Amino acid sequence: MTGLIGIYRPGTTLLHRIPAGPKLGLVALWSVVVVGTKGWQAALVCLVVAIVVAGWARLDPRRTLRSLRGLLIMLAIVSAFQVWQRGWEVAVSVSGDLLALFLVGLAFTATTPVDGVLNAVERGLGPLRPLGVRPERVALAFSLMLAALPHLIDIAAETRAAAKARGLERSPRALLTPFAIRTVAHALETGDALHARGLGDD
Amino acid sequence: MIEFRDASVVVDTPDGDLTVLAPTTLSLAEQRIGIIGSNGSGKSTLARLINGLVTPTSGHVLVDGHDVAGDGREVRRHVGFVFTQPDAQLVMPTVIEDVMLSLRRHVKDKAARRTQALEVLATIGLADKADVTVHALSGGQKQLLALAGVLATDPDVVVADEPTTLLDLRNTIAVADRLFSMRPQLVLVSHDLELMDRCDRVLVVDSAEVVFDGAPAAAIDHYRGRVRS
Repeated sequence: MTGLIGIYRPGTTLLHRIPAGPKLGLVALWSVVVVGTKGWQAALVCLVVAIVVAGWARLDPRRTLRSLRGLLIMLAIVSAFQVWQRGWEVAVSVSGDLLALFLVGLAFTATTPVDGVLNAVERGLGPLRPLGVRPERVALAFSLMLAALPHLIDIAAETRAAAKARGLERSPRALLTPFAIRTVAHALETGDALHARGLGDD
Repeated sequence: MIEFRDASVVVDTPDGDLTVLAPTTLSLAEQRIGIIGSNGSGKSTLARLINGLVTPTSGHVLVDGHDVAGDGREVRRHVGFVFTQPDAQLVMPTVIEDVMLSLRRHVKDKAARRTQALEVLATIGLADKADVTVHALSGGQKQLLALAGVLATDPDVVVADEPTTLLDLRNTIAVADRLFSMRPQLVLVSHDLELMDRCDRVLVVDSAEVVFDGAPAAAIDHYRGRVRS
Protein backbone atom coordinates (compact mmCIF):
# COMPACT_ATOMS: atom_id res chain seq x y z
CA MET A 1 0.00 0.00 0.00
CA THR A 2 2.78 2.39 0.86
CA GLY A 3 4.63 1.64 -2.38
CA LEU A 4 7.88 3.46 -2.74
CA ILE A 5 7.21 6.58 -0.72
CA GLY A 6 10.01 7.34 1.74
CA ILE A 7 11.70 4.00 1.18
CA TYR A 8 15.39 3.69 0.37
CA ARG A 9 16.28 1.11 -2.27
CA PRO A 10 19.96 0.12 -2.24
CA GLY A 11 21.62 0.35 -5.65
CA THR A 12 24.73 1.31 -7.55
CA THR A 13 23.49 4.06 -9.89
CA LEU A 14 25.21 7.45 -10.01
CA LEU A 15 22.24 8.86 -8.09
CA HIS A 16 22.91 6.34 -5.31
CA ARG A 17 26.57 7.35 -5.24
CA ILE A 18 26.05 11.13 -5.03
CA PRO A 19 26.48 12.13 -1.35
CA ALA A 20 23.26 13.02 0.46
CA GLY A 21 24.20 16.69 1.07
CA PRO A 22 24.82 17.71 -2.56
CA LYS A 23 21.85 15.59 -3.63
CA LEU A 24 19.60 17.39 -1.15
CA GLY A 25 20.91 20.69 -2.56
CA LEU A 26 20.10 19.54 -6.10
CA VAL A 27 16.57 18.59 -5.06
CA ALA A 28 16.12 22.05 -3.50
CA LEU A 29 17.46 23.66 -6.68
CA TRP A 30 15.14 21.48 -8.78
CA SER A 31 12.18 22.64 -6.72
CA VAL A 32 13.11 26.29 -7.31
CA VAL A 33 13.46 25.67 -11.06
CA VAL A 34 10.12 23.84 -11.31
CA VAL A 35 8.23 26.45 -9.32
CA GLY A 36 10.10 29.35 -10.97
CA THR A 37 9.49 28.39 -14.59
CA LYS A 38 6.13 29.37 -16.06
CA GLY A 39 4.00 27.91 -18.81
CA TRP A 40 2.71 24.49 -19.79
CA GLN A 41 5.64 23.82 -22.12
CA ALA A 42 8.13 24.31 -19.27
CA ALA A 43 6.05 22.07 -17.02
CA LEU A 44 6.10 19.30 -19.61
CA VAL A 45 9.88 19.61 -20.01
CA CYS A 46 10.28 19.40 -16.21
CA LEU A 47 8.03 16.35 -16.14
CA VAL A 48 10.06 14.62 -18.85
CA VAL A 49 13.29 15.38 -16.96
CA ALA A 50 11.71 14.04 -13.75
CA ILE A 51 10.66 10.83 -15.51
CA VAL A 52 14.24 10.40 -16.78
CA VAL A 53 15.57 10.94 -13.24
CA ALA A 54 13.08 8.41 -11.86
CA GLY A 55 14.18 5.89 -14.49
CA TRP A 56 17.81 6.64 -13.71
CA ALA A 57 17.10 5.91 -10.03
CA ARG A 58 15.79 2.50 -11.19
CA LEU A 59 12.31 3.12 -9.78
CA ASP A 60 10.08 0.23 -10.77
CA PRO A 61 7.46 1.78 -13.14
CA ARG A 62 4.58 -0.38 -11.90
CA ARG A 63 5.26 0.27 -8.21
CA THR A 64 5.85 3.95 -8.93
CA LEU A 65 2.48 4.21 -10.63
CA ARG A 66 0.89 2.46 -7.64
CA SER A 67 2.55 4.95 -5.30
CA LEU A 68 1.34 7.81 -7.46
CA ARG A 69 -2.25 6.55 -7.63
CA GLY A 70 -3.53 8.82 -4.86
CA LEU A 71 -1.67 11.82 -6.25
CA LEU A 72 -2.94 11.12 -9.77
CA ILE A 73 -6.54 11.01 -8.57
CA MET A 74 -6.03 14.29 -6.75
CA LEU A 75 -4.37 15.82 -9.84
CA ALA A 76 -7.25 14.69 -12.04
CA ILE A 77 -9.68 16.54 -9.77
CA VAL A 78 -7.46 19.64 -9.59
CA SER A 79 -6.89 19.57 -13.36
CA ALA A 80 -10.61 19.32 -14.09
CA PHE A 81 -11.19 22.33 -11.87
CA GLN A 82 -8.34 24.28 -13.53
CA VAL A 83 -9.60 23.46 -17.04
CA TRP A 84 -13.02 24.71 -16.05
CA GLN A 85 -11.79 27.87 -14.33
CA ARG A 86 -8.55 28.88 -16.09
CA GLY A 87 -8.06 26.70 -19.16
CA TRP A 88 -6.11 23.55 -20.03
CA GLU A 89 -2.74 25.35 -20.16
CA VAL A 90 -2.86 26.10 -16.42
CA ALA A 91 -4.09 22.58 -15.68
CA VAL A 92 -1.12 21.06 -17.52
CA SER A 93 1.27 23.48 -15.86
CA VAL A 94 0.06 22.79 -12.30
CA SER A 95 -0.19 19.00 -12.71
CA GLY A 96 3.13 18.76 -14.56
CA ASP A 97 4.94 20.76 -11.89
CA LEU A 98 3.50 18.71 -9.03
CA LEU A 99 4.32 15.41 -10.72
CA ALA A 100 7.83 16.61 -11.57
CA LEU A 101 8.44 17.56 -7.92
CA PHE A 102 6.98 14.33 -6.59
CA LEU A 103 8.93 12.06 -8.94
CA VAL A 104 12.26 13.70 -8.12
CA GLY A 105 11.42 13.53 -4.41
CA LEU A 106 10.68 9.84 -4.85
CA ALA A 107 14.00 9.36 -6.66
CA PHE A 108 15.77 11.16 -3.80
CA THR A 109 14.27 9.03 -1.01
CA ALA A 110 14.78 5.85 -3.04
CA THR A 111 18.48 6.52 -3.59
CA THR A 112 19.43 8.11 -0.26
CA PRO A 113 19.59 6.26 3.07
CA VAL A 114 18.00 8.23 5.89
CA ASP A 115 21.21 7.98 7.89
CA GLY A 116 22.92 9.85 5.06
CA VAL A 117 20.25 12.57 5.17
CA LEU A 118 20.71 12.85 8.94
CA ASN A 119 24.46 13.37 8.53
CA ALA A 120 24.02 15.84 5.67
CA VAL A 121 21.49 18.00 7.50
CA GLU A 122 23.61 17.91 10.67
CA ARG A 123 26.70 18.99 8.74
CA GLY A 124 24.81 21.61 6.77
CA LEU A 125 23.31 23.22 9.85
CA GLY A 126 26.50 22.95 11.94
CA PRO A 127 27.50 26.60 11.33
CA LEU A 128 24.14 27.72 12.75
CA ARG A 129 24.86 26.14 16.13
CA PRO A 130 26.07 29.45 17.68
CA LEU A 131 22.67 30.92 16.79
CA GLY A 132 20.95 28.32 18.97
CA VAL A 133 20.06 25.87 16.19
CA ARG A 134 20.42 22.21 17.25
CA PRO A 135 21.46 20.50 14.00
CA GLU A 136 21.01 16.96 15.36
CA ARG A 137 17.42 17.73 16.35
CA VAL A 138 16.57 19.33 13.01
CA ALA A 139 18.17 16.37 11.23
CA LEU A 140 16.20 13.90 13.31
CA ALA A 141 12.96 15.79 12.66
CA PHE A 142 13.75 15.76 8.94
CA SER A 143 14.38 12.02 8.96
CA LEU A 144 11.28 11.31 11.04
CA MET A 145 9.22 13.24 8.52
CA LEU A 146 10.50 10.99 5.73
CA ALA A 147 10.05 7.85 7.82
CA ALA A 148 6.53 8.81 8.85
CA LEU A 149 5.18 9.01 5.30
CA PRO A 150 4.58 5.27 4.77
CA HIS A 151 3.06 4.97 8.21
CA LEU A 152 0.64 7.85 7.63
CA ILE A 153 -0.41 6.29 4.34
CA ASP A 154 -1.05 3.01 6.19
CA ILE A 155 -3.15 4.83 8.81
CA ALA A 156 -5.15 6.52 6.05
CA ALA A 157 -5.79 3.18 4.33
CA GLU A 158 -6.83 1.49 7.59
CA THR A 159 -9.09 4.39 8.48
CA ARG A 160 -10.71 4.24 5.04
CA ALA A 161 -11.20 0.47 5.36
CA ALA A 162 -12.71 0.85 8.85
CA ALA A 163 -15.13 3.54 7.62
CA LYS A 164 -16.08 1.38 4.64
CA ALA A 165 -16.72 -1.62 6.90
CA ARG A 166 -19.24 0.52 8.79
CA GLY A 167 -20.80 1.84 5.59
CA LEU A 168 -19.43 5.33 6.28
CA GLU A 169 -17.00 5.68 3.38
CA ARG A 170 -18.72 8.90 2.25
CA SER A 171 -18.56 10.51 5.67
CA PRO A 172 -15.64 12.98 5.99
CA ARG A 173 -15.99 12.80 9.77
CA ALA A 174 -15.62 9.02 9.81
CA LEU A 175 -12.46 9.36 7.73
CA LEU A 176 -10.79 12.47 9.10
CA THR A 177 -11.48 12.19 12.84
CA PRO A 178 -9.90 8.74 13.37
CA PHE A 179 -7.11 9.65 10.97
CA ALA A 180 -6.26 12.78 12.96
CA ILE A 181 -6.53 10.97 16.30
CA ARG A 182 -4.38 8.04 15.18
CA THR A 183 -1.81 10.37 13.63
CA VAL A 184 -1.48 12.35 16.83
CA ALA A 185 -1.36 9.11 18.86
CA HIS A 186 1.39 7.81 16.58
CA ALA A 187 3.31 11.07 17.02
CA LEU A 188 3.02 10.80 20.80
CA GLU A 189 4.10 7.14 20.79
CA THR A 190 7.03 7.99 18.53
CA GLY A 191 7.98 10.78 20.91
CA ASP A 192 7.90 8.32 23.82
CA ALA A 193 10.00 5.84 21.84
CA LEU A 194 12.60 8.48 20.96
CA HIS A 195 12.66 9.61 24.56
CA ALA A 196 13.11 6.03 25.76
CA ARG A 197 16.01 5.61 23.34
CA GLY A 198 17.61 8.75 24.77
CA LEU A 199 17.41 10.54 21.40
CA GLY A 200 15.85 13.66 22.87
CA ASP A 201 18.51 13.93 25.54
CA ASP A 202 21.31 15.33 23.33
CA MET B 1 20.02 -2.19 41.03
CA ILE B 2 16.65 -0.48 40.64
CA GLU B 3 15.26 1.26 43.70
CA PHE B 4 11.85 2.78 44.32
CA ARG B 5 11.89 5.03 47.38
CA ASP B 6 8.38 5.98 48.30
CA ALA B 7 7.76 6.77 44.63
CA SER B 8 4.24 7.72 43.62
CA VAL B 9 2.58 9.07 40.49
CA VAL B 10 -0.48 11.29 40.59
CA VAL B 11 -2.03 12.82 37.47
CA ASP B 12 -4.47 15.67 36.98
CA THR B 13 -7.85 14.73 35.58
CA PRO B 14 -11.02 16.79 35.07
CA ASP B 15 -12.39 15.01 38.14
CA GLY B 16 -9.38 15.88 40.31
CA ASP B 17 -6.12 14.11 41.17
CA LEU B 18 -5.87 10.47 40.19
CA THR B 19 -3.29 8.23 41.85
CA VAL B 20 -1.75 6.06 39.15
CA LEU B 21 0.80 4.58 41.51
CA ALA B 22 0.59 4.77 45.29
CA PRO B 23 3.83 5.41 47.24
CA THR B 24 6.00 2.38 46.49
CA THR B 25 9.27 1.24 48.02
CA LEU B 26 11.13 -1.60 46.31
CA SER B 27 14.62 -2.83 45.48
CA LEU B 28 14.88 -4.85 42.28
CA ALA B 29 18.15 -6.75 41.96
CA GLU B 30 17.04 -10.06 40.44
CA GLN B 31 17.96 -10.81 36.85
CA ARG B 32 14.40 -11.46 35.58
CA ILE B 33 11.58 -9.50 37.18
CA GLY B 34 7.96 -9.86 36.14
CA ILE B 35 5.13 -7.38 36.63
CA ILE B 36 1.58 -8.61 36.29
CA GLY B 37 -1.80 -6.99 36.84
CA SER B 38 -5.09 -6.06 35.25
CA ASN B 39 -5.47 -3.39 32.56
CA GLY B 40 -5.17 0.06 34.13
CA SER B 41 -3.73 -1.31 37.36
CA GLY B 42 -0.56 0.81 37.19
CA LYS B 43 1.95 -1.78 36.01
CA SER B 44 2.98 0.17 32.91
CA THR B 45 3.48 3.29 35.02
CA LEU B 46 5.70 1.26 37.36
CA ALA B 47 7.73 0.10 34.34
CA ARG B 48 7.93 3.55 32.73
CA LEU B 49 9.31 5.03 35.93
CA ILE B 50 12.42 2.87 35.52
CA ASN B 51 13.36 4.51 32.22
CA GLY B 52 12.26 8.02 33.17
CA LEU B 53 9.41 8.04 30.62
CA VAL B 54 7.31 8.86 33.66
CA THR B 55 8.82 10.72 36.60
CA PRO B 56 7.52 10.31 40.14
CA THR B 57 5.25 12.98 41.55
CA SER B 58 6.79 12.28 44.94
CA GLY B 59 9.63 10.07 46.13
CA HIS B 60 12.48 8.80 43.98
CA VAL B 61 13.35 6.07 41.50
CA LEU B 62 17.03 5.26 41.14
CA VAL B 63 18.86 3.04 38.68
CA ASP B 64 22.40 2.23 39.74
CA GLY B 65 22.26 5.32 41.96
CA HIS B 66 21.05 7.68 39.21
CA ASP B 67 17.73 9.42 39.90
CA VAL B 68 15.38 9.11 36.91
CA ALA B 69 13.99 12.59 37.56
CA GLY B 70 17.23 14.51 37.92
CA ASP B 71 19.55 12.37 35.85
CA GLY B 72 17.23 10.94 33.22
CA ARG B 73 19.78 11.20 30.42
CA GLU B 74 22.24 9.00 32.29
CA VAL B 75 19.48 6.57 33.28
CA ARG B 76 18.41 6.14 29.66
CA ARG B 77 21.99 5.27 28.72
CA HIS B 78 21.64 2.23 30.97
CA VAL B 79 17.97 1.37 30.62
CA GLY B 80 16.38 0.32 27.33
CA PHE B 81 12.63 0.16 26.78
CA VAL B 82 10.61 -2.12 24.51
CA PHE B 83 7.02 -1.03 23.83
CA THR B 84 3.93 -3.13 23.13
CA GLN B 85 3.46 -1.66 19.68
CA PRO B 86 6.73 -1.91 17.72
CA ASP B 87 5.43 0.33 14.91
CA ALA B 88 5.73 3.32 17.21
CA GLN B 89 9.24 2.36 18.21
CA LEU B 90 10.63 1.76 14.73
CA VAL B 91 11.21 5.25 13.44
CA MET B 92 13.51 4.73 10.47
CA PRO B 93 12.46 3.39 7.07
CA THR B 94 14.76 0.37 6.85
CA VAL B 95 15.81 -2.29 9.33
CA ILE B 96 19.48 -1.37 9.51
CA GLU B 97 18.82 2.37 9.66
CA ASP B 98 16.68 1.88 12.73
CA VAL B 99 19.43 0.04 14.59
CA MET B 100 21.98 2.59 13.37
CA LEU B 101 19.81 5.34 14.83
CA SER B 102 20.22 3.79 18.28
CA LEU B 103 23.99 3.75 17.79
CA ARG B 104 24.31 7.40 16.70
CA ARG B 105 25.11 8.61 20.19
CA HIS B 106 27.68 5.91 20.80
CA VAL B 107 29.41 5.29 17.47
CA LYS B 108 30.30 8.39 15.46
CA ASP B 109 31.88 6.65 12.45
CA LYS B 110 29.20 5.67 9.94
CA ALA B 111 30.97 2.55 8.62
CA ALA B 112 31.58 1.29 12.17
CA ARG B 113 27.95 2.05 13.00
CA ARG B 114 26.74 -0.05 10.07
CA THR B 115 29.07 -2.93 10.97
CA GLN B 116 27.92 -2.90 14.58
CA ALA B 117 24.27 -2.70 13.53
CA LEU B 118 24.72 -5.71 11.27
CA GLU B 119 26.28 -7.64 14.16
CA VAL B 120 23.31 -6.86 16.37
CA LEU B 121 20.88 -7.85 13.62
CA ALA B 122 22.73 -11.15 13.21
CA THR B 123 22.15 -11.97 16.89
CA ILE B 124 18.39 -11.76 16.38
CA GLY B 125 18.34 -13.44 12.99
CA LEU B 126 17.50 -10.35 10.93
CA ALA B 127 20.86 -9.73 9.21
CA ASP B 128 19.42 -10.82 5.86
CA LYS B 129 16.67 -8.19 6.23
CA ALA B 130 19.08 -5.28 6.84
CA ASP B 131 17.99 -3.22 3.84
CA VAL B 132 14.34 -4.24 3.93
CA THR B 133 11.70 -1.64 4.85
CA VAL B 134 10.42 -2.13 8.39
CA HIS B 135 6.86 -2.11 7.04
CA ALA B 136 7.57 -5.37 5.25
CA LEU B 137 8.43 -7.22 8.47
CA SER B 138 6.03 -9.47 10.36
CA GLY B 139 4.82 -8.44 13.81
CA GLY B 140 7.32 -10.72 15.49
CA GLN B 141 10.18 -9.49 13.35
CA LYS B 142 9.24 -5.89 14.14
CA GLN B 143 9.30 -6.62 17.84
CA LEU B 144 12.66 -8.39 17.51
CA LEU B 145 13.95 -5.36 15.60
CA ALA B 146 12.68 -3.04 18.34
CA LEU B 147 14.57 -5.21 20.82
CA ALA B 148 17.67 -5.07 18.59
CA GLY B 149 17.49 -1.27 18.61
CA VAL B 150 17.54 -1.41 22.40
CA LEU B 151 20.24 -4.08 22.73
CA ALA B 152 22.50 -2.23 20.26
CA THR B 153 23.37 0.29 22.96
CA ASP B 154 24.35 -2.50 25.39
CA PRO B 155 22.04 -1.43 28.25
CA ASP B 156 22.26 -2.85 31.77
CA VAL B 157 18.48 -3.07 32.10
CA VAL B 158 15.76 -3.74 29.53
CA VAL B 159 12.18 -2.86 30.45
CA ALA B 160 9.64 -4.58 28.19
CA ASP B 161 6.03 -3.41 28.42
CA GLU B 162 3.79 -6.23 27.15
CA PRO B 163 6.15 -7.00 24.24
CA THR B 164 4.30 -10.15 23.18
CA THR B 165 0.69 -8.99 23.53
CA LEU B 166 0.22 -8.44 19.79
CA LEU B 167 2.14 -11.53 18.68
CA ASP B 168 1.12 -15.05 17.70
CA LEU B 169 2.52 -18.05 19.57
CA ARG B 170 5.52 -18.60 17.29
CA ASN B 171 6.59 -14.95 17.54
CA THR B 172 5.85 -14.84 21.26
CA ILE B 173 8.26 -17.73 21.77
CA ALA B 174 10.92 -16.08 19.58
CA VAL B 175 10.70 -12.73 21.37
CA ALA B 176 10.46 -14.28 24.85
CA ASP B 177 13.44 -16.57 24.24
CA ARG B 178 15.50 -13.57 23.18
CA LEU B 179 14.40 -11.56 26.22
CA PHE B 180 15.15 -14.34 28.66
CA SER B 181 18.54 -15.20 27.16
CA MET B 182 20.01 -11.70 27.03
CA ARG B 183 22.66 -10.32 29.38
CA PRO B 184 20.86 -7.19 30.72
CA GLN B 185 18.51 -7.36 33.66
CA LEU B 186 14.94 -7.79 32.43
CA VAL B 187 11.84 -6.09 33.82
CA LEU B 188 8.92 -7.65 31.97
CA VAL B 189 5.32 -6.42 32.09
CA SER B 190 3.00 -9.07 30.71
CA HIS B 191 -0.36 -10.79 30.94
CA ASP B 192 1.27 -14.03 29.85
CA LEU B 193 1.43 -16.26 32.92
CA GLU B 194 3.90 -18.63 31.24
CA LEU B 195 6.34 -15.77 30.84
CA MET B 196 5.80 -14.71 34.44
CA ASP B 197 6.64 -18.25 35.49
CA ARG B 198 10.07 -17.90 33.86
CA CYS B 199 10.95 -14.87 36.02
CA ASP B 200 12.95 -14.90 39.26
CA ARG B 201 10.55 -12.57 41.04
CA VAL B 202 7.08 -11.31 40.19
CA LEU B 203 5.23 -8.19 41.36
CA VAL B 204 1.43 -8.15 41.27
CA VAL B 205 -0.03 -4.67 40.75
CA ASP B 206 -3.65 -3.86 41.43
CA SER B 207 -5.47 -0.53 41.86
CA ALA B 208 -2.21 1.47 41.66
CA GLU B 209 -0.44 -0.60 44.33
CA VAL B 210 2.04 -3.44 44.44
CA VAL B 211 -0.11 -5.95 46.29
CA PHE B 212 2.17 -8.97 46.10
CA ASP B 213 5.89 -9.41 45.66
CA GLY B 214 7.45 -12.84 45.60
CA ALA B 215 8.22 -16.05 43.75
CA PRO B 216 6.46 -16.59 40.39
CA ALA B 217 4.23 -19.50 41.40
CA ALA B 218 2.92 -17.74 44.50
CA ALA B 219 2.49 -14.46 42.61
CA ILE B 220 0.51 -16.15 39.83
CA ASP B 221 -1.71 -17.88 42.41
CA HIS B 222 -2.26 -14.55 44.14
CA TYR B 223 -3.12 -12.84 40.85
CA ARG B 224 -5.55 -15.61 39.85
CA GLY B 225 -7.20 -15.37 43.26
CA ARG B 226 -7.67 -11.61 42.86
CA VAL B 227 -9.09 -11.95 39.35
CA ARG B 228 -11.60 -14.57 40.48
CA SER B 229 -12.67 -12.75 43.65
